[in-house]
Amino acid sequence: MIFDYTVVWDSLPLYMSGLLITLKLLAISLVLGLIIAVPLAFMRVSKRAAVNLPAWLYTYVIRGTPGLVQLFLIYYGLAQFDAVRDSWLWPWLSSATFCACLAFAVNTSAYTAEILAGSLRSTPHGEIEAAKAMGMSRFLMYRRIVLPSAVRRALPQYSNEVIMMLQTTSLASIVTLVDITGAARTVNSQFYLPFEAYITAGVFYLALTFILVRLFKRAERRWLAYLAPRNG
Amino acid sequence: MKKLALLGAMALSILSHAVVGAEGKPVRIGIEAAYPPFASKAPDGSIVGFDYDIGNALCAEMKVKCQWVEQEFDGLIPALKVRKIDAILSSMSITEERKRSVEFTHKYYNSPAKLVMKAGTDVKDVKTELKGKNLGVQRGSIHDRFATEVLEPAGVKVSRYASQNEIYLDLSAGRLDATLADATLLEDGFLKTDAGKGFAFAGPDFTDPKYFGEGIGIAVRKNDTELRDKLNAAIDAIRANGTYKQIQDKYFNFDIYGN
Repeated sequence: MIFDYTVVWDSLPLYMSGLLITLKLLAISLVLGLIIAVPLAFMRVSKRAAVNLPAWLYTYVIRGTPGLVQLFLIYYGLAQFDAVRDSWLWPWLSSATFCACLAFAVNTSAYTAEILAGSLRSTPHGEIEAAKAMGMSRFLMYRRIVLPSAVRRALPQYSNEVIMMLQTTSLASIVTLVDITGAARTVNSQFYLPFEAYITAGVFYLALTFILVRLFKRAERRWLAYLAPRNG
Repeated sequence: MKKLALLGAMALSILSHAVVGAEGKPVRIGIEAAYPPFASKAPDGSIVGFDYDIGNALCAEMKVKCQWVEQEFDGLIPALKVRKIDAILSSMSITEERKRSVEFTHKYYNSPAKLVMKAGTDVKDVKTELKGKNLGVQRGSIHDRFATEVLEPAGVKVSRYASQNEIYLDLSAGRLDATLADATLLEDGFLKTDAGKGFAFAGPDFTDPKYFGEGIGIAVRKNDTELRDKLNAAIDAIRANGTYKQIQDKYFNFDIYGN
């Protein structure tokens, strides 16, 4: 017996429910992360230190610590304090799903903010001058010109971040969630077949990554066509 | 010329030493050091506990050198199979499933499984009274199997953890209502500690041999009957010569060997 297919086949339902958990974690943390990241990115490009510094500190601390440490701090760390356990936050913080989503959202928000900030800084002067020449207000200029233009140029790097987040969600299995990796750990501990269990998980992640890459390629072709190299 | 001869003699003596060293190859024993009082870490990082002392006594009895290898519990059997270790001495229960992939010595102790819940909780019928409650078990343990096959179908919400320590954290935090594990382990690892205040044993002893096995044994590779026989003889020897009782009295005030 080189590869035990029957074990993989029998545990497919477990992997499928794990797939749903993984997708749920990924979607929630990406949406939350993006919502936090946009204002942070604008703070990061501000010239005023009082605005820039807090955002700089946030992204520096979050990007400077591993996601695993952040998850442990939120899940086990906060639960250590009576004040937290007695507070109105506890119904949420006692849920492993909430803690995982929160940790992942915080993690991705810092990276996304830096990606977006870099993109904002490289906005061509011409676009801004044109917007000013049209008599746009500052807010209108940001909404119509600067942000859409920056988001477009951030797409390729952001696709990397999304794929990294997909792999990061595998950390959820250490706080009792049975995502794809959690399913693999369960299968391994039942049958003692680590190769079969983790290869199957790997195939699931590969397939998801393939789909994500495809989606981003499509998005880039649609919204970044004007930046693509031209023939002739 | 004389110098050369001396050098040759030196090289020869070093070589012969190396050969002798190869014969006394240490037995590598796998252990998970997060299971007090059977095995845990002392503040200085060394391993302490009943399993560790029994292992060292057995090695002394067999007159072999032993080397302890630390590993998470669900990685022990895979490590044994791929020859990273030669034996598992980590409070591993002898079960039919495990016997299919490893060889066991006879038991070196046997103690029942019990539930721990908030003090004052009275449980008579486990299946009906635990319905809807959150139960934590160690992933891959016999308690996990019992919970998965008997309690989960009855409506108990089962969460699986990598080690018992994380279960205690979530019990104290209130994320879990109960845990099912070895009684001795729960007593010394949790109930006797500060974190275990306000918690107590609840419900009956779980001893169904179908799930809880024939006791705790030492696992070796399937074809390694030589090491198994040597370990069996050593277990009998330390039981007979009083070494076992000496170690037992250090940790427990009852007969941990069972009947």
